[in-house]
Amino acid sequence: MAFPEILDARSLRQGIDGFVNQLVIDYADSLERLSQPLLTFLVSVEQLLRNSPWYLVIAALAVVAWFGSRRWTLVVGVTLLMLFIGIIGQWDRGMQTLALMIVALIMCLVVGIPVGVLMSLSERFRKIALPILDVMQTMPSFVYLIPVVMLFGLGKVPALIATIVYAVPPLIRLTDLGIRLVDHSVMEAATAFGATRRQKLLGVQLPLALPNIMAGINQTTMMALSMVVVASMIGARGLGQEVLAGINRLEVGRGLLAGLAIVALAILFDRVTQAYGKRLQYPKQGDK
Amino acid sequence: MAKIDISGIYKIFGPNPKRHLQAVKKGLSKDDLLADSGHTLGLQDVNLSIEEGELFVIMGLSGSGKSTLIRHINRLIDPTSGSIRIDGENVLNLRQDELIQLRRHKMSMVFQRFALFPHKTVLDNVAYGLTIQGIDKKNARVIANDWLEQVGLQGFGDQHPHELSGGMQQRVGLARALATNPDILLMDEAFSALDPLIRKEMQDLLMKLQQQLHKTIVFITHDLDEALRLGNRIAILKDGALVQQGDPQDILLSPQNDYVADFVKDVNRGKVLKAHHVLAKPVSTLNTDTTVTKARDWMMRHGFDYATVLEGNYLKGIVTLSNLHAATQETLRESVSPVSSVLESADLESLMPRMIRDTAPIAVTTDTGEFVGWVSRSKVIRLISPAQAVDREASLTEPVE
Repeated sequence: MAFPEILDARSLRQGIDGFVNQLVIDYADSLERLSQPLLTFLVSVEQLLRNSPWYLVIAALAVVAWFGSRRWTLVVGVTLLMLFIGIIGQWDRGMQTLALMIVALIMCLVVGIPVGVLMSLSERFRKIALPILDVMQTMPSFVYLIPVVMLFGLGKVPALIATIVYAVPPLIRLTDLGIRLVDHSVMEAATAFGATRRQKLLGVQLPLALPNIMAGINQTTMMALSMVVVASMIGARGLGQEVLAGINRLEVGRGLLAGLAIVALAILFDRVTQAYGKRLQYPKQGDK
Repeated sequence: MAKIDISGIYKIFGPNPKRHLQAVKKGLSKDDLLADSGHTLGLQDVNLSIEEGELFVIMGLSGSGKSTLIRHINRLIDPTSGSIRIDGENVLNLRQDELIQLRRHKMSMVFQRFALFPHKTVLDNVAYGLTIQGIDKKNARVIANDWLEQVGLQGFGDQHPHELSGGMQQRVGLARALATNPDILLMDEAFSALDPLIRKEMQDLLMKLQQQLHKTIVFITHDLDEALRLGNRIAILKDGALVQQGDPQDILLSPQNDYVADFVKDVNRGKVLKAHHVLAKPVSTLNTDTTVTKARDWMMRHGFDYATVLEGNYLKGIVTLSNLHAATQETLRESVSPVSSVLESADLESLMPRMIRDTAPIAVTTDTGEFVGWVSRSKVIRLISPAQAVDREASLTEPVE
């Protein structure tokens, strides 16, 4: 039996459409102008990566891997993965994707950590934020891709925004969790010695939450990478675009090689952030 | 004026503590309060005054409210009603910034589970209170290093807390608390997590430091032996209420109720009670200038075998009748035989071997050597094992009394 029609779904849809259209008419221009610095930033990172000699890029990543993990095996692994991307002919597209990842990650950090901190400090804010995070993580990304494209036009910026929306929740959640998990007695000690809230946050809570925050960064990068193909649909160039082209033209080889390069980048990000997170872990007191 | 004055503190835990305050003040018990309203009675009508420079022990079993009480002093917990005065100032009236200043400069705390900062080096842990005050890192580290040395951890500054053993971690905790040079040291079961040998070491360290520093120390423990060993005064807490307070000997010798009596039953009394508790004052004493004949007549008249001989206020020894009969000199001086003596602050346990080894009387003197009396054997036995001593007392003979 059909469910009785309580709301007129058709007019509801049209209402939403009208609202978004009005939004686009009123704000699209100013939003596009506002997003200009973001675009400039993304483009300059991309230019830097694409214009640098490949061996310098690999060397730079190797150095990052060394400082993240202090393990030679990881440095060698990172070098091999990057060489692999170059050898299968995906270097230039790989650099475009890498640039998108780096900028998306930086934006996620800028947004995610403060929001996570706020959540840990205010129970009320947390109650509001949690369902929003749930929606961000479960809503199919195509749903918000449409309005984002309408507002920002096709191109890199909407791809970046879609990536951030999809990827930032784990970082927020784990920042919040990490701060909440800080040993109560350690916080009590800080209070007893007369630490202000700010001193407690910067001197004790954030440093001790860092392993969890690193786990959040790891999750966020992984999710950002998984958005690469979707993002390419709205104009982000790079490996995703190649995968898309492979699908469109039924060229399995084209899709597979680009896909392998994405996997290589994913492994690289994952191992480096994980190794760094592990290094930050402090043994609990009394474990001795 | 007391350093810390706690008066009429009530603490009720729960969503609406104020509403149940009146009922509790009228005598509603902890169990009834919990059953009626789901509120927990943490403290009821606690009054304490702690003097400057004393080591005040608050003792109680788990759940007695002792940790809650100590957290009222630096206001990690606020009372439901009552007042807490430090140097005469009610800390409950302080604004947040004044409270922070108080915590930074006047008091510090040592925690049961150490609560060191795992991400900081040992040295930076000790320097924490100083850096929080705004002292620059370099100077703070110099001071911190000094304190590390004081607690016997020189050379460990660059390690992280988890690299140290429990006892060493708590030394860091102690150094961290002392580094800000506070008047008041709050120690919340500071040594309870340590094994017995290390605990004793830490107690010794604390007592050694206290002799130099004369801080006002509030020390929480559930271990009566520790309380009796460290405390100048002891307060016993049960179900959030004070049961008894007094000096260690008071608690041991005159427990105010069965709860305290039960507590002190198994305590090693020999360690707590001192020679001055088992003193027997001589009826009368002789002087080295007394003539032999006079002394002999006096002793025979009273039927004494021994007599105590002093020179001024100082003990010379004893004379026995047989010695006097054999005496050739005119005064007692040459007939006195020396006796062994102990300080009045010596504990009974250290006295026992001597009492068992020989039957000669043992004299008790002050730190400066003045004679105060003799060790009474029957008193020793009565105090150390009160139950068994009663019926045997009559048959014991006293050497000099």
